[in-house]
Amino acid sequence: MARELTDTKEKPVSAVTGTETIRRGPAPGRVGNFVFKGLSSGAGILIVVLLGLVAGFLLYRAIPAITATRDQLEAVGFMRGESLLSYVLPLAFGTVLSSVIALVVAVPLSIGIALFISHYAPRRLAQGLGYLIDLLAAIPSVVFGLWGLSFLQPRVGPLFEWLSTNMGWFPPFSGYLGPAKNIAIASLVLAVMILPIITATIREVFLQTPRLHEEASLALGATRWEMIRQAVLPFGRSGIISAAMLGLGRALGETMAVLMVLAPGFLVNFYILRPGQHQSVAANIANQFPEASGLGADVLIATGLFLFVLTFVVNLAARWIINRRAEFSGAN
Amino acid sequence: MSAVTVPPKPVRRTRRLPRYVPWAVLAGSLALGALVSLLTGEVTVTGVVGFGAIVYVVAITVTSHVVEGARWAKDRLATTLVTAAFALATIPLISLVVLVVGNGVERLSWAFLNDDMVGIYGSMVEGGAFHAIIGTLLITGLASAVAIPLGLLTAIYLTEYATPGPLKRAITVLVDVMTGIPSIVAGLFAATLFMIVAGPQYKAGVIGAVALALLMTPVVVRSCEEMLRLVPNELREAAYALGVPKWLTVLKVVLRTAIAGITTGVMIAIARVIGETAPLLITVGIVANVNLNVWDGRMTTLPVYVYRQYAQGGASVDRAWAGALTLILIVMLLNLVARLVSKVFSPKGAR
Repeated sequence: MARELTDTKEKPVSAVTGTETIRRGPAPGRVGNFVFKGLSSGAGILIVVLLGLVAGFLLYRAIPAITATRDQLEAVGFMRGESLLSYVLPLAFGTVLSSVIALVVAVPLSIGIALFISHYAPRRLAQGLGYLIDLLAAIPSVVFGLWGLSFLQPRVGPLFEWLSTNMGWFPPFSGYLGPAKNIAIASLVLAVMILPIITATIREVFLQTPRLHEEASLALGATRWEMIRQAVLPFGRSGIISAAMLGLGRALGETMAVLMVLAPGFLVNFYILRPGQHQSVAANIANQFPEASGLGADVLIATGLFLFVLTFVVNLAARWIINRRAEFSGAN
Repeated sequence: MSAVTVPPKPVRRTRRLPRYVPWAVLAGSLALGALVSLLTGEVTVTGVVGFGAIVYVVAITVTSHVVEGARWAKDRLATTLVTAAFALATIPLISLVVLVVGNGVERLSWAFLNDDMVGIYGSMVEGGAFHAIIGTLLITGLASAVAIPLGLLTAIYLTEYATPGPLKRAITVLVDVMTGIPSIVAGLFAATLFMIVAGPQYKAGVIGAVALALLMTPVVVRSCEEMLRLVPNELREAAYALGVPKWLTVLKVVLRTAIAGITTGVMIAIARVIGETAPLLITVGIVANVNLNVWDGRMTTLPVYVYRQYAQGGASVDRAWAGALTLILIVMLLNLVARLVSKVFSPKGAR
């Protein structure tokens, strides 16, 4: 803080030249301070306003769709005469289903990777290996879509077929039809895409495990795995939960992978190996919005608002868990 | 001394497997995997490694259980699974790079980078991505021009000015939450904004830039804030003691110290949004020619170009792969330069 010099009774005078040594008047840079502080606080407040604007504009355009009558909605071609709620429901179901499957695949894998980087890999390699996983996050989503179509699809096809023929008695696995354009493969691509953020968050928490806890456990004769069970995992539990929720937030809003890989349908069921059953909110918007106009656009914006609120809540909850943990752990 | 001290019995030690055993078991498992896949059908890498991995997990656990006991067997099993998880995660990365380079390098040429899609139709193999590269650079540049100052100033506010209180907490939380906004929602917001302000017929690159700026700002805030926090307080205090006003201290001492880290963070943020597809798909659209005016008319961007070319099929698929390779090269270049900047220019001996 640049402190203003308060006036004193006696003027400080240089012993040699006899002139005043301390400059009087307002502190230097007062205008600059004011302008700069105003600019930076303004930017901070603008961010809050911006987020409000996002919600506001979406809501403004969504209201006509929410209040529209049945007849008006029937005029919208892609809705096939359904009400807004029965239009959104299958989309919301598809979004949540694909994200949950992606989480089920990604979270155990991420815990393994995070453990490998934090506790198993040679110390010198660890940072480089972490960077390798982070690189996955830098790959554009459209490239993941291409990868899903031309690498993953031919390789998981036989696996899906095997599952369907041998475990078809379990309803979700029944009725596989190649090529694999079902929600299972879309979820696999999603899982790969959310892997980096989940791994990065979990890794940070694991690295914060108090060294003394680990050493105490090892000193009592625990094996490395027992040490992890006793010291690392209990310490990192809330970190794992919030990382999973961050990943969920990402998966819910991811568009391109689902848009490119999945053959869409508007049904609510658990047949994860059948094509043409599900669709996600985000992919549906990307599919329809460029051609939509008028009330059709409003309907899509309403589904977008739903997605915004959903991811907002999930992300907020994840941050809340992280912050609460930070207060208690004292590991900062 | 009257009592005769009994020498202590040797502590019971667990018998451990010699170091070479896991490797020997691994080699044996892979050989067995090859044999199994030979018996069931043709030999593929996936088959050999897949069967081999399963055999290894079982074999090493059983061996360890017999020689070392249950606890060490569990430990070995965990080590195997954790390592396998990491190995599994490298498959997408490696296969993706091999795939894109393998498919894209054929079509990627100087002509591809310098040609647009005017007059290209059907199964013509000419045409390129020049207009898409220009569009991507212009739109990302415009988004950065908004997001970087906004993000940096917010970070300065959070680290230098904000006092603990509801406003600071709200901004911190909202920035965190904003990093999780789905990109399609950002695109919808930009589209809605311009629909209301400029009418439904208005199409321009700036709409996409607004969407990208919204996605980029929180990332910039996060990384800049982290870097500014690393600047030691002593530097600030030294500047104040010399009578330097606060704003000049921030500008000339704090920012100058953190500039390498900030540059790195900003470049990674750019790399993050340059590959965004969905918001540009629904706002900016696609055209065949070069459009240099971000304020008017549709523009093509590289990700959307890749998506559209792939969707067309036929001869366009090759162009899609070449476009994808170009995109990955740009992203990787940004990442690489960012790492180099932070390595070369960060203050020496600060950590």
